[in-house]
Formats: sequence, structure tokens, C-alpha cells
Amino acid sequence: MLKTDVLVIGAGAVGTAITRELTKYKLDVICVDKNDDVGGDCSKSNSAIIHTGYDASPGTLESELVVAANPRYDQLCEDLDIPFSRIGAILPAITDEQFAQLPAIKEKALKNRVYDIEYRSKEQLLEMEPELNPDVKGGLWIPRESIIDPFLFVVAMAENAVANGARFLLETEVTGIDVEDGKVVRAKTTAGDIEAKYIINAAGLHCDEVADMVGKADYTVVPRKGQFYILDKNTSCKVNHIVLPIPTKVTKGKLMTPTMHGNMLVGPTAEDQLDKKDKSTNAAGLASIRDDVSKLIPNVQLRDTITQYSGLRANRNPEGLRIDVYDDLGGYINLSGVRSTGLTNSVSIGTYVADLMKKMGAEMVWKDNFITKRKGIARFHELSLEEQEELIKKNPLYGNIVCRCETVTEGEIVDAIHAPIPARSMDAIKRRLRAGMGRCQGGFCGPKVIEILSRELGIPTEQVCKNNKQSYMICGKVK
Amino acid sequence: MYDIKCDVAVIGGGPAGLAAAVAAKKEGAEKVLIIERDEKLGGILQQCIHPGFGLKLFKEELTGPEYFGRFVKEAKEIGVEALLNSMVLEIGDKEVFCINSKYGVTRITAGAIVLAMGCRERTRANIQIPGTRPAGVYTAGAAQRLMNRQNEMVGKKVVILGSGDIGMIMARRMTLEGAKVVAVIELMDFLAGLTRNRVQCLDDFGIPLMLSHTIVDIKGNDRVEGVVVAEVDANKRPVAGTEQLFECDTLLLSVGLIPENEITRKANIKINPITNGPEVNNFMQTSTPSVFASGNVVHVNDLVDNVSTESAIAGASAAKFAMGKLGGGDEITVTTGNNVRYVCPQKVSPNSDEKVSFYFRVLAPKKGVRITAKDGDNVLYTRKAIKVNPGEIEKVTVDPKGIKSLTVEVTEEA
Repeated sequence: MLKTDVLVIGAGAVGTAITRELTKYKLDVICVDKNDDVGGDCSKSNSAIIHTGYDASPGTLESELVVAANPRYDQLCEDLDIPFSRIGAILPAITDEQFAQLPAIKEKALKNRVYDIEYRSKEQLLEMEPELNPDVKGGLWIPRESIIDPFLFVVAMAENAVANGARFLLETEVTGIDVEDGKVVRAKTTAGDIEAKYIINAAGLHCDEVADMVGKADYTVVPRKGQFYILDKNTSCKVNHIVLPIPTKVTKGKLMTPTMHGNMLVGPTAEDQLDKKDKSTNAAGLASIRDDVSKLIPNVQLRDTITQYSGLRANRNPEGLRIDVYDDLGGYINLSGVRSTGLTNSVSIGTYVADLMKKMGAEMVWKDNFITKRKGIARFHELSLEEQEELIKKNPLYGNIVCRCETVTEGEIVDAIHAPIPARSMDAIKRRLRAGMGRCQGGFCGPKVIEILSRELGIPTEQVCKNNKQSYMICGKVK
Repeated sequence: MYDIKCDVAVIGGGPAGLAAAVAAKKEGAEKVLIIERDEKLGGILQQCIHPGFGLKLFKEELTGPEYFGRFVKEAKEIGVEALLNSMVLEIGDKEVFCINSKYGVTRITAGAIVLAMGCRERTRANIQIPGTRPAGVYTAGAAQRLMNRQNEMVGKKVVILGSGDIGMIMARRMTLEGAKVVAVIELMDFLAGLTRNRVQCLDDFGIPLMLSHTIVDIKGNDRVEGVVVAEVDANKRPVAGTEQLFECDTLLLSVGLIPENEITRKANIKINPITNGPEVNNFMQTSTPSVFASGNVVHVNDLVDNVSTESAIAGASAAKFAMGKLGGGDEITVTTGNNVRYVCPQKVSPNSDEKVSFYFRVLAPKKGVRITAKDGDNVLYTRKAIKVNPGEIEKVTVDPKGIKSLTVEVTEEA
């Protein structure tokens, strides 16, 4: 049986950030996830924005966490080699009614200590964003709203945690938690029991199910679907900043933003549902994106789409982000309501949880040898000619380009398969390296990636999966 | 950087590149180099193991490998060279940059360049099919590669969207391999591919073809579990209430091909918005005089025989250009007349001494028509046709000497 000081359930952005934070201390930490990869659920399908918290409800825990998190990203992304850019957001008011809302939005931002929010005139906005609806009346500029590669963010944090001694057990689902003498003692998982002094529920969409295992499910998760379009890098109508609509009560609304890799991201919808697995897109949702975003960016070319996807926000009923400890249940921390701000929040949730553990009496001794830096896989197409030559000389696999759309080499794919958090599925490779994420959507590289995965993992091609176990690509051999 | 010099550099070693290279060499170019990303020459024909190739050019029915095999043999005999496992990333007017695992970053300096990169398949995202994103959604060509080159079976119960040629060929191929092909679904009210493929690949195997239908939903979280098929109205919108669930584990997409012109665009060569390929004249010369293009990179062909014929012109012209012998000068732009979607080549020199073949596609299927090419009122070419289909390329051959304009049209025969 495995034994550890801390067991973190869930390897999304939040679980991974907590795990990494705890490796700063002399603690043994295990993070488990039912998926085949870290960041396999909410953390992979979102708007990839690091928020400032300008529109959070002032005074709430969610507001505190997001406001505290934003400034940390410059250093973190530099340390962990994560693509990140402070491109800033504009909030244009198109109608008079929206224009009248601007002072209240600014007021709220100031209450949230987002002091750098500023008014921008119609002319200034149109200069910043030439594709903006020319009816714009004026708006707000929020310089620290930023974009990130959400996949590499989670992978980088997890790999850094591994370098600092944490263990990640993937395809490991928690099926029960044993409580003895008012204290959690072990988790039962599909990969055997794990004894732990502390158990932290960061299961996101499934956090109510985990809470139920210890009798603390006084809430439910209500998945809120968000559908998105990704547009080709060559699309004629692009924006330079995150273009946000004036928010409504339900949602931040549908935005358009560049991604870290030069695509345009357009969406999301906000649709409450019961099913935690249903991440399908639908014609009505996609049509609503077209209708809404064209009010901001009239020339948006959704026919240049290279994919559409949807993600689920792990909303809570009753609403609100909560991090709970219980007088009658020792060693257990429950996170719930980590919704669309979760990607941003994750790093400050990590710190918050570490502080909570201190308050709970955990022995938290700083390590003096915590490794702060992590280097990702060298991206061939970003290197100089000399560096490319050098790399091919060292490893000829870097001279074999497998994905033509995103210029990904076999060398990078093999490196990702053997990385500290190994990429073991088609989607895991796609998320790390973008092979299959370009305009042909894997039509060209897919068959080759199947071969490479089979060869490197030493498994038959029938066992190569798109993501989880049942998502097989190949069903046998030709006669 | 590794440097290679040659007279004609051909990008792509598929049927277009092979025919262009052979023609360039025969025209007198001393060093002709094919740059190919695969480990073998032949391009997409390597996975086209079915017969039906060469009926026009060789007057016999060949498989894909047999067809390109003849060109590879000839290319070797006359001394065409090939750089395999090399992906071209960028071109200049007379330079080609590629990555090769043996030589690293490689620069090929050439007297002329022929673009012969072929095309790629449209994807699920291009046509925006909503639903889940499970494993088991393949483009027909990717599935064909897996089956015919990698020996992998992609599924057991299949629905095919799109009645393009590859889709129909794969319907037969999967049936022969023991899979059940539930149906071929086509959005339009007419077949996208060749009639002979419908007869030989669908009708002969009892595979239903559903015209004026589309897929409105994909089911299954891990692997495809089914697709929802609905009828479409005259505006191609799904008709509510006509939805039916087809259980399957695989969805193949044969929903069109797009000329592969990433490097062409990067080189600022003029692209035609209808064909999505470079605009060319009767020498298959692009807007950059030293760069020629042929085959599916220019416009998507239905018969490889036409690709070979057109590519021979590109190759020979590139060789002449490299040797400083290519004529040219004034050009007129071909006009698309009634029921003509595009004509290729788009430009022609009225000084040309040789007859020029123009390939074109119609907009809508029609029966009992007359195909005409004319210069004002002066009819240069005309013939009756029993029927025309958007899925089948038509050809007119014209003597361009001294013409002032050229219009190709398809009118109803009185």
C-alpha cells in the first residue's frame, strides 16, 4: 500500500498547483487523477485567460484569490517555461446602455484592487483594435488581463512538482475515503489504497462526489458548458487584445482573443446542464457565438474555424468558490465552486491550501533545495537556424517533421512521450506540442503519431488512445 | 546549412512532381531534383491500391502503385534525383529551404521551381459538425493511409459523410475488410465524385447513398457511438423532425480537398480564390516567373491522368525557363461563362504556338449541354455533352494564336 503525507485528488490546474506548492515543504505528496493526463478536464477547455479579477464580487474568497494570483504569473511562467503574454483586455461599450455601465464596472474593479483599469475613447479603441465595431462609444482598458497556454501551464507545474519529489498517479480514480476517529486515513482508488495524513479534494467537476465520500456533500456541481471556436492563424479578421463584452449577470459573455500560438479564440457560451461528461457542441450554441461576437467584431470569419470545442465550468450550487475545513473531520480540505476563474486562481489556491494546512497543525518545514526552474521541450520551429542544425546533429529525429501544419518534429514527440509527465495519448501529444492542432486537425500527422506512440510505449497500436482508455484509434489489423 | 544546386527543383514526389520532373529532364534540364517529405516517392498514390488509374494516359487500368511505378522507373532511368524525408518549409524565387534528418537545414538553389505539393482533406471542423469529439472520426484519406500503408483497421461499423471519390473508394475498401458500411451521406442533391465510383464502390456492394442529407450530431464520449443524420432543405439546412440515429463506431469524412499552399502563400504567390491554388498561365507558370505549379496544388483534379499531362507542361516549361528559353509576354485572362466555376489555367498567352488544354468544373449538374470556348463571337471550340457534373472535370482544347479574349461556357443544347 502506498503511504504519503498528502494526497491531492485531481490533477487539473488547481490540484497540480496545490501539489507543486506543497513540494516546497518537506512533505511527501501524491496527486491522483482518473484521466490519462494532467489537466484532462476543465483545465484543457477554457478561454486560456489569466484574469485580473476586475469583475469579481468584491470581498469574496474568489475575488481575493484571483486578484492575488494575477501578478504572480510573470515570474511563474518565466521559471517554468510557460507561454504567457500580458496582451491586455479591452471592454468596448457598443450601445448607449453599455456605455452607461462603464463607471460601475470601473468602480467594481477599483474595489477589487484592480487599480490600473482605465477609460479609453472611441478613437483610442479603434486604433488599438481596427476590427472593432465602429459604433463603439468608448470603453475600458485592463492591461493585466493576459493569455497563457493552459495545457503547458498544467504540464509545467506538474513536471516541476515531480522534480521536487511529488508523484502523479494518473488513470487512478478515487472510489472511497476511509475515516477513522474523526480523521481521514486513506483513499481507496482503482489502483489500490493510498494512506494519507491529509486529503485534499481538488476534483473540480467531480468534487461533490468526493465530498460525498466523507459525508460533506452539502452542495452539488452544476456544470456550465462553454462552447468555443478556434480560427485559423490565416484568418483575415484578427484582434490584438482580449476583446471582452460588457458582462451580464450570468456570464462574462462571449469574447474574442488571440491565443499564445496565433490562432483566434471565440466564445464561450454559458449553458447549465446536469451531465458532467457531455462536452458536445451544438448548432444553437455555435450560432449564438456568431450572433454575439459579431456585435463586437463585425467581420469575424467563423468559417475560418479549424475546430470547435466545449468545456465545462465546475459551478457550484449554492454558488461561490469555497475552500472548507471541518471541525469534525481532521486532515481533510474540500475545494468547491472553482469555476471559470480557476485557471487564474490555481496558484493562489495552492498557497491558500498550504497556509490552511499550517493552521490545521501540519508539520510544514521549508525545503532548502526546492527547484524553481523547469525547462520544457525545445520547440524546433521556434529555434534559430543554428540551433536547429545543432539539434538535428545531436538527434536526427528532430530532422523529421511529423506535423506539417504546426511544424512539429519526431524528436519533440519522442521527448514528450518520455517527459517527467509522459504524454501517452494522441490528445496528450497534441496539447503539449500542437501536433494535430493545426488546420488539418491531425489528418496528416495522426497516422504517424499512432505509430510513434506504439513504438515508444511498446504497446500494440490497438492500445493507442485518443485520450482515455476506451478511446481507441485502431480496432485491429487489416486482413 | 547544407547547399544543393540544381536546374529544376520539384517540391513533392507524387504523381504531379514525378511527371514534372521527368518532363523537365527530357526537355534538357541537366539536374532535376525532387524534394519529397515521405520516405518514398509516389505521394498519395502509395495508398491508392485500387485500380482505375491510367485509362486515359496508358489506355490500361492500373492501381495507384503501378501507375506511379512507371514514372519512378522512367525518372530513375533518365537520372532524375530525389531528396527524400525532406519537408520544405519555405521558398524564395529560386531557393527552396527544407529540413532533412541527414543534412539538417538544407538550401536548394534552382533555375526554376515546380510546386507539386498536392492537396489536403477538409476536416470535421471545416464543415462544423456539432457533437462530441470522440476517437473514430477520420478523414477518408487518413483512414486509407492507416489501412493501406500501415495495415491498421480503423473501425467495424462505419458511416461515411460525403460522396467524394475517396469516400466511395473507402466504402468499398472497408466492406472488403469485413466492416459494415451503414450509409454514405451527401449534403448536395448530386454525387460529389465520379459516377463510375458510385457504381463500382456503392451500388455493387449494396451500400446506400443518401443524397440531400447531412450529419447534425456525433454521439459518444470516448469512441464514436453513433451519428445523427437529417435531411436538408433546398438551402442545405437540416429539416427538423427528420433526424435519425445511425449506430456506428467510425465516421469517415470525404468532404472535399483543399490545395496545399502554405508555402505558396508565404512566398506571396498569387492564389486564386476559387481554386485555392496559385494562378497559372498556359505554361503552368505562377505570378512569380521562376515558380511553376501543377496537379492538385493548382486545382483539385479527379483523374491522375490529367495531373500527369498538366504536370508535364509545368516541368517542361520550368526546364525551358531555367535554360532561358521560355517565351511568354502578353497574357489574357480566361473568363468563366455560364455554369462554369473555374477554368485552369487562368491565363493564356496569345503568342503561343501550341494548342492549350483548359480544364474546368461546372457549377451545377446539367443534362444535354453544349460546351463552348470562344473569343468574343468567334467560336474556337464547341461540342455537345450528354451531361456535366461538378464532380467531373471537363476539358476544352483551343489554339490561342492571336485571340483577344477567351470565355468558356456550358449552355443548354437546344
